[in-house]
Amino acid sequence: MSLEARIVVRRGALEVDVELSVADGEVLAVLGPNGAGKSTILRVLAGLLTPDGGRVVVDGDQVWHDDDVALPPHRRPIGMVFQDHLLFPHLSVTENVAFGPRSRGVPRVAARAAATAWLDRVGLAGLGDRRPGQLSGGQAQRAALARALVGEPRVLLLDEPLSALDARTRLSVRAELHRHLTDYAGSAVLVTHDPVDAMALATRVVVVEDGRVVQAGTPAEVARRPRTDYVARLVGLVLLAGSGAGTTVALDGGGAVAVAAEVSGPVFVAVRPESVSLHLSRPDGSPRNVWPLRLVTATPHGSVVRCDLAGEMALTADVTATSFAELGLAPGAEVWASVQASEVAVYPR
Amino acid sequence: MPAPLLVPAVLAVAFLVLPLVGLVVRAPWSAIGPQLTRDGVGEALRLSLLSATLATLVSLVLGVPLAWVLARSALRGRSVLRALVTVPLVLPPVVGGVALFLVLGRQGIVGRWLFEATGFSLPFTTAAVVVAETFVAMPFLVISVEGALRAADARFEDAAATLGADRWTTFRRVTLPLVAPGIAAGAVLCWARALGEFGATITFAGNFPGTTQTMPLAVYLALQRDPEAAIVLSLVLLAVSLATLLLLRGRWLGRAVHA
Amino acid sequence: MKRTVVLLAIALTLAGCTGTAGDAPAGGTGTAPTGPGLTGTLTVFAAASLTDVFTELGDQLEAENPQLEVQFNFAGSSALATQLTQGAPADVFASANPQQMDVVSGAGLPRGTPVVFAENVLEIAVPPGNPGGVTGLADFADPDLALAVCAPEVPCGAAAEQVFAAAGVDAQPDTQEEDVKAALTKVQLGEVDAALVYATDVQAAGDAVEGIPFPESDRAVNEYPLAVLTAAPNAAAGQAFVDLVRSEEGQQALTAAGFRTP
Repeated sequence: MSLEARIVVRRGALEVDVELSVADGEVLAVLGPNGAGKSTILRVLAGLLTPDGGRVVVDGDQVWHDDDVALPPHRRPIGMVFQDHLLFPHLSVTENVAFGPRSRGVPRVAARAAATAWLDRVGLAGLGDRRPGQLSGGQAQRAALARALVGEPRVLLLDEPLSALDARTRLSVRAELHRHLTDYAGSAVLVTHDPVDAMALATRVVVVEDGRVVQAGTPAEVARRPRTDYVARLVGLVLLAGSGAGTTVALDGGGAVAVAAEVSGPVFVAVRPESVSLHLSRPDGSPRNVWPLRLVTATPHGSVVRCDLAGEMALTADVTATSFAELGLAPGAEVWASVQASEVAVYPR
Repeated sequence: MPAPLLVPAVLAVAFLVLPLVGLVVRAPWSAIGPQLTRDGVGEALRLSLLSATLATLVSLVLGVPLAWVLARSALRGRSVLRALVTVPLVLPPVVGGVALFLVLGRQGIVGRWLFEATGFSLPFTTAAVVVAETFVAMPFLVISVEGALRAADARFEDAAATLGADRWTTFRRVTLPLVAPGIAAGAVLCWARALGEFGATITFAGNFPGTTQTMPLAVYLALQRDPEAAIVLSLVLLAVSLATLLLLRGRWLGRAVHA
Repeated sequence: MKRTVVLLAIALTLAGCTGTAGDAPAGGTGTAPTGPGLTGTLTVFAAASLTDVFTELGDQLEAENPQLEVQFNFAGSSALATQLTQGAPADVFASANPQQMDVVSGAGLPRGTPVVFAENVLEIAVPPGNPGGVTGLADFADPDLALAVCAPEVPCGAAAEQVFAAAGVDAQPDTQEEDVKAALTKVQLGEVDAALVYATDVQAAGDAVEGIPFPESDRAVNEYPLAVLTAAPNAAAGQAFVDLVRSEEGQQALTAAGFRTP
């Protein structure tokens, strides 16, 4: 393992206590809601924040932080990309990218050459003499990436690198970032609240909520089997907790769900909104899962209407706009919701 | 512009500008030639410009690091330190002059030791003029620069640190350039204050043509003997100050406003 | 110490007087009463060297006239003259030399002819113990000593130039102070080895300085003229003050302070 860290920080109401490890070539996404402590974790790794406990070790023997040692950020072989790029406004783009090498003693000519080469690699050839204020958001973020990578850092840290960009730019910069992360040989830690970033860029994901790691795995694993409401909502699933007994799960909040496989003990039940059907009267026939619920809100998303339902349990249903119109639904209406047992995912808690 | 703001604004302009206009209007323009070329005028002007500039340089060298400590360090008792540093702003300048005597004069706490060791005493020298002017003007610079540092985005310094810049390199290549307009504005204020300093100068440095008689002192003494001469001297000082401030404002403060 | 003696002298003199209203003041030239009839404010502009003496005389006048308030403006005579010609309101002007009174006369301000009420000569003031080893005026040519004189623009400085010329001394002062009190302060602080100030200042400073008289001082006697001003808001009180200064009590107070009387 290349980067191993245990990070403990107590700041007012928030207490962060996480363990991470990232191998060479790996990209670890730290995913979580705002206020979860993700940026705190990154700042500790960078050395910009002194933790209250734990240790950060690189390559097994280089201690960046423990009870005796606290290496300041400028002595750590890191590169960092910030949400607002933080390119120095008084320097040209080339000078910005050359800043790292020059601070570490590389002569000016060599530093500028390396900078120019990297600007080419991120697709900013010819823009080196401009000031950061003259670049677009996407260009600036790419320059920031070049600035972080030119020094061949051991560890690359990215703090919500795409959050400040508009949707279209985000697409192209994400693709660019993916390319460079794939080529990057060191350990990378990417902090984001956008699950798409995690899915697209990371090789492994840790989900952090309220300062603790609540789930870890590959992006696919986390998406398929969310362990918290937050993740489930992120990936668009409805998550319910309950206890299984045979092919029925008694939900903790009341009600029951029929599932296709036999389960026992504490389990999660996950339902995809598109597998929930709505009816005006109680349907008969095959679905064993039928509940009378009330429509709370209906939000159109393209050709689909997302319906939030409440009652015996909270459920989300995606119905086609046509069906929605045919049903003549409005907020407050009483509906029957049904789900095939085979469409319900269930897994141990 | 709303009338409640316009009226006081006009009054303010009148209050500040009319005395200067009066100076220009009442000047003995016909006799200005001989007055300007009188002995001592050139000397006093040269001395004033030299000492104000030196005082500003000293204030920059000492004041910018102090401003950094006040704005950025985690030193305990910073607010007490800041209050102490700004005392010369509220102290009557003559009191400042007396205080300087008590410390740096021939019999002063520090000056006595210097005199016994080297035979050199600070009062009545041009250096004393610079010391007196620095004492009253440096707080202006410190407050200005501290304000600029606080307003500057500290995250750039984080970025520099992650790029391998130690604290001194960060200060030199990132912090300083970013607050340069604020420093320039502070330096201009400092220079202007030093140029106009009277009370501390005449008390601590004394008054002697060529060595310590700056323009404000020359004006004060001329007023005793020959008010017309005093007006002419005042005009000269006003013209020099205006010219410098206008010149600098355009270049430095303009950037500070737009940056 | 000297102040106590002066106060005692005044008190004894007062005790000798009957002090009832209507008595003509001893030695006075005016006929205005000094009884408790004076009211209002009396404003006196006086040279800085008259500070201590005039303050006491002012106190005495206030004691005799309970409804009168005496206010002084003590400063360099040239500054006072400038203020007066610019229209500053005052009742009485006492200058440290005739030239400044001439300035004021030129503007038609004094009422009648100014009278000389005192004379002052220069004296060398040195810090206690005379660290610079100053013996006379010739020492003012010594570049190794720290020396202070008054600026030539003020009467004390003009007098200094006269005595230096008379004594043939090429003076090398380190500073030309804007008024005589400032020069004295530098001596009191021990920051200069000697200063050329008035004899009255040496007297007033008591033990804080030592005085060294010199023969050439007679070559620059500063006559102190006094006048009530035409535009005086309180002319009656002004005249009363002038009369007090010129009276025997006033002259004794002046002598005790180191002035010479005409």
